[in-house]
Amino acid sequence: MSIGETIRNSQAWKSVFRHPMPVDRRNRIVVVLTNFFLHLHPVSIKKQGIALSYTWCMGGVTFFLFLVETVTGVLLMFYYRPTLEWAFQDITALRDVASLGIMRELHRWAAHAMVITVWLHMYRVFLTGSYKPPREFNWVVGVILLLLTLLLSFTGYLLPWDQLAIWAITVGSNMARATPILGHEGPGAKLLEIGGINMITNASDARFGLLGARFVGEETLNRFYVLHCIAIPLVVSLLLAIHFWRVRKDGGISGPL
Amino acid sequence: MHVSPEAHLANVAHGLGVFYIALALMNSIAALYVWQRLKQTGTAIALTAFVALLAMVAAAAMGGMPPEMPAGVKAVINNLSGPVTYTLGTTVLLVVLFVGRKFFSQPLVAWAMLNASLVLMGLSMADSNFFSIVGKPDNVPIVAMIFLVGYFTWLATYRAVQNDERDKQGLPPLEAMEDEKEKVLVWPDLVYTELICMVALTAILMIWAILLQAPLEEPASAVKTPNPSKAPWYFLGLQEMLVYYDPWWAGVVLPSMVIGGLILIPFLDYNKKGNGYYTIAQRPFSYLVFQIGFLDLWITLIVLGTFLRGPNWNFFGPYEFWDSHKVEALNNINLSDIFWIKVMGQGLPTAPTGAGAMMKLWYILQREWLGFVLVIGYLVALPPLMAATVFRSMFVKMGFIRYMLMSNLLLLMIALPLKMVLRWSFNLKYIISIPEYFLNF
Ligand code: HEM
Repeated sequence: MSIGETIRNSQAWKSVFRHPMPVDRRNRIVVVLTNFFLHLHPVSIKKQGIALSYTWCMGGVTFFLFLVETVTGVLLMFYYRPTLEWAFQDITALRDVASLGIMRELHRWAAHAMVITVWLHMYRVFLTGSYKPPREFNWVVGVILLLLTLLLSFTGYLLPWDQLAIWAITVGSNMARATPILGHEGPGAKLLEIGGINMITNASDARFGLLGARFVGEETLNRFYVLHCIAIPLVVSLLLAIHFWRVRKDGGISGPL
Repeated sequence: MHVSPEAHLANVAHGLGVFYIALALMNSIAALYVWQRLKQTGTAIALTAFVALLAMVAAAAMGGMPPEMPAGVKAVINNLSGPVTYTLGTTVLLVVLFVGRKFFSQPLVAWAMLNASLVLMGLSMADSNFFSIVGKPDNVPIVAMIFLVGYFTWLATYRAVQNDERDKQGLPPLEAMEDEKEKVLVWPDLVYTELICMVALTAILMIWAILLQAPLEEPASAVKTPNPSKAPWYFLGLQEMLVYYDPWWAGVVLPSMVIGGLILIPFLDYNKKGNGYYTIAQRPFSYLVFQIGFLDLWITLIVLGTFLRGPNWNFFGPYEFWDSHKVEALNNINLSDIFWIKVMGQGLPTAPTGAGAMMKLWYILQREWLGFVLVIGYLVALPPLMAATVFRSMFVKMGFIRYMLMSNLLLLMIALPLKMVLRWSFNLKYIISIPEYFLNF
């Protein structure tokens, strides 16, 4: 018996994989049905559903980039402390001191790439009319995923705490000042005046809620860190599960009837 | 930090050489393919000649003399470009590509266009001003995005053109051909494709990460405002809209409406055709509306905001130095100024001092009446008018609520280009301007 066979016949291997190698038709079906990761897929699929020229593989690429972000993000979290004292220094150390010093690069470029691929995925879904019945709901889930992808990228942009970071976030979040009714420089803010006391000020408006302060400061860093590393990824993961589930429940990848 | 043109040339010469060699390799593969598979000897010879030219250019670049865009051409481009020519130019280009899509989507024509844009890129990279903006680490993804969006737009159009042609002949779309409908097993067909994709992507990301360092500027300082201050690149389309709109509209309402509008697409598009295959002719209306939003507004404005907006958000030509002392006269005026001062020849109606709140409001309404009439007319009167005329059949099929949602979203999207045109032609700032209540439109 070869080593490979010995391993494959061992009790340990068999406790994980409950079937022989997927070399024949039967076992190729079984492998997809019994493997947790593979069972996201159907057993068989229309040829068109896997044609790169049809799907551009952009949903899959986006998902893969999300996984890359998760792995590199966890590694970055080992080194990074979201405080005014340390944030910038930790980033510098990541570049100059940490071994495998390209984690930050991988994380940043994959993030940019993910924004682009999620747009391209939406573009493809639109151009093939795949949002039409019965896939309306999955399109809606997708739009929320798109929004969350942008917010993930936006909250992460602040964390290096350099000039690029705080001013981009300052410019981006300044708009919230002008939120109708809820921003202190927005139309209708004066409607919430009670007895001559203004309820919506720069210390209580929508922008304050986003930043946790009147300007981009330590509270903002903490808030964005939590959103970036925990809150948004959790929601995205949940929505992704729903998204993939619905791709299958809606009859697999779209195609002509 | 500004490097001299000579120093810049020396810096990029080697990189450009590699770039032209890659381009030459790409084209020699194409030449081989055209000759062997397509049996088009003439085209193959033309491609080979192009490869020879590229090889010479690559040699010159490697030798420290990459070809440059002639200074005269650069000056002309810089002088011609501005928000107006840029926006109109890109729109005209997209319209031409759309109308001539049968011609432009032919693989060889598309290949020629790709080559042309790459050569243009190579020539421009030899310019230090161009390079200092386009070569910024965070801007590299946007260059990639332009090419990716271009490529996929071509791919989709190529297939749509074929499908539309087949439809005319009574044939089903390519996606419905017998062997496309055939079922294959996920293991190995899909699983292996996924594996290969993942390996390739990992490799690309690694190379990208090694070659290009993530930007890190000076530590954050709340007192030193950089000029220009830009939002992250994917929001630069929104930042560009601030030129034309008040923040409450550009930064809050319009983005919410983009998201809301996207969510509503499946519920507003009642057309059953074009589900599961590429087509344009079977769904022209939804196709055009989406492309106006995606290609002509979203992508184009991001490119404008990233590459062509410099200090003080002034417009700079692609080869222009970002001079923070450049001044642009700002003489935009509100519609109420135009009406009361220019046309009526009197001052703006102003409430007498000490007037009560209601009195003030009354004067504001009086001052801005024309703007209100125009905006309300546009949003309230136009939809029924269109329902009775151009959108008649749509209105019948969609019903009142869906039609009103669709037409209002459409009008608000179109309001952006309209507002741009009004700004360029009349220096119009706001149609309604009530700074007292932060309500400008
Ligand atoms: C984090 C972002 C997203 C991920 C990871 C993701 C992933 C995927 C994957 C893997 C598929 C399978 C087919 C394919 O690869 O094209 C898919 C299908 C689909 N996605 Fe997404 N998606 C995302 C965002 C979106 C967005 C922004 C939209 C639309 C606005 C969308 C709408 C859809 C629809 C309607 C389908 C079914 C397409 C069909 O059956 O042809 N998704 N998605």
